Amino acid sequence: MIRRLRQKFWTTKPTRSFGGDLAVLLFIAAAAAFSALPLVYAISNAFKPLNELFLWPPQFFVRNPTMANFYDLLVLMSSSWVPFSRYLVNTLVITLGGTVGHVVLASLAAYALAKHDFPGSKWMFSVVVLSLMFAKQVTAIPNYLITSVLGLVDTHWAIILPAWAMSLGLFLMKQFIEAMIPDALLESARIEGASEWTIFWKIVMPNVRPGWLTLIILSFQALWGETGGQFIYSEQLKTLPYALSQIVSGGIARAGVAAAVGVIMMILPITVFVINQSKVIETMGASGIK
Amino acid sequence: MASMPERQVSTQAVYRPESKLGQLWKRIKQNKVSYFFVAPYGILFFMFTVLPVAVAIYLSFTHYNMLQPPRWVGWENYLRLLLADDIFLIAVKNTFVFAVVTGPLSYLASFVFAWLINELKPRIRAFLTLLLYAPSISGSLYLIWTIMFSGDSYGFINSRLLYLGIVKEPIQFLTDPKWMMSVVIIVVLWMSLGTSFLAFIAGLQGIDSSLYEAAAVDGIRNRWQELFFITLPQMRGYLMFGAIMAITSSFAAAEQIIPLVGFPSTDYAGHTIVAHLIDYGNVRFEMGMASAIAVILFFTMVISQRLVQRLLDKIGT
Repeated sequence: MIRRLRQKFWTTKPTRSFGGDLAVLLFIAAAAAFSALPLVYAISNAFKPLNELFLWPPQFFVRNPTMANFYDLLVLMSSSWVPFSRYLVNTLVITLGGTVGHVVLASLAAYALAKHDFPGSKWMFSVVVLSLMFAKQVTAIPNYLITSVLGLVDTHWAIILPAWAMSLGLFLMKQFIEAMIPDALLESARIEGASEWTIFWKIVMPNVRPGWLTLIILSFQALWGETGGQFIYSEQLKTLPYALSQIVSGGIARAGVAAAVGVIMMILPITVFVINQSKVIETMGASGIK
Repeated sequence: MASMPERQVSTQAVYRPESKLGQLWKRIKQNKVSYFFVAPYGILFFMFTVLPVAVAIYLSFTHYNMLQPPRWVGWENYLRLLLADDIFLIAVKNTFVFAVVTGPLSYLASFVFAWLINELKPRIRAFLTLLLYAPSISGSLYLIWTIMFSGDSYGFINSRLLYLGIVKEPIQFLTDPKWMMSVVIIVVLWMSLGTSFLAFIAGLQGIDSSLYEAAAVDGIRNRWQELFFITLPQMRGYLMFGAIMAITSSFAAAEQIIPLVGFPSTDYAGHTIVAHLIDYGNVRFEMGMASAIAVILFFTMVISQRLVQRLLDKIGT
């Protein structure tokens, strides 16, 4: 019975004790409860009718779930003079365009920095890492000036182009390429006459799949929440988080709607996370290339 | 192809020893392809990160109120911060308390959970990963903590305490300086399984499983030996990444803190260095002072990163 239970949960390893495994599982379960319960409460709030939201003492779970908050949100959305789908499309353009460009450009650069030894490579990498440590609040004004010199103010490019060169992706991809691509693999491909371009797409990228799947999650999430308020003035170019934050700023009367907004904004990033993360886990065993 | 240029160098060296610059130029030309690979990213990175940072460093030596052109004042901003700004020193103290607690703990938690989860079967692992990572993806939903810790009797925790008769008056978790820092630390730790956690999971996934099989044959007996002799050395690059992410997020914390304890917080008990920077930059329009804070913070992070790096270098040696 114990053995069946174990096989259900763990990939069996000879170096593990059952007591240890069980302790680990209980520990993870406790942590998962701590991390999930506040969110369960938040989501449950989104389905509470107004009288339950202001009930004392407040209840953790909803008693009479209602879609009223979501319906209110729908009404508020349809009363904006720009069709709400417009905001969604804007955010999707920024999120997808930014993520794809960032993953490709950062991986290209990371491959060269990780596997080619050329003058300036170490220097460039340290600059990227150090840049993570500079508070981004003070670079906002210089950034705005540069964006306006380039003529990008009030276009989606003002958000997409800087996203392509975020520091995070290069740092992350370099660590992945260094750890997952053995030099011997590249050497043998070069001997067979493959160009660096081919090596990058046919050997490097397929083998660091867990790396860029993870980067897609992170980049998607960062851009999805982008309000763009600093750069974008035209109403028809504004983003979904911006439009929703306008609705929520209506104060305490919109408490239920705010909860609904939070839940709706979470749907897509969670979907991307679940899809990519399960693919990261699938890659197990495929590392037989070494 | 590789031997050709070498021969040229050697014959030339006999007649005319090449200058250092010439050699560098030769190496640059040999690595032309590498430059094409880094160019698109590098150009954008230069424009949108390097240039703005350089401008900010310059501004830190000026008086700049965003209306008049910047006026050079030398070290004045730095001296003012360190000698004449009491609140900055409070912010420094708070930031260190916050960073010393949340930095190492969130780093450790990210690794430990990624590592523990790694041996579970895929389906349960995917489910637990989702639960553990959910706070980082929750967006505005993390503001549920303001309801949790709210200081009136409708706050979830206060309502329970009152209901059970443990307290007579609601506790002012978010405004009482006694509680503020602890509450903020709890909420930030709740969200601590983020970027590094995912990087560690993916990194562990990439470790060659034959290494573990070989180790079991070689007499590794339990999970701890396996961790110290195989997993940690294999993970060194990711551990460096995680350390830097922990340092930057714990020292630069402000954006998750401000919505919880307000701005400015009571008695500045939740005031961090970046909160102070935001105060100068967005409220008082003193960009010179704000930039000086950013420069000081930058060097603080660089120093702590060097210290952590020394610790990490000891792993597996």
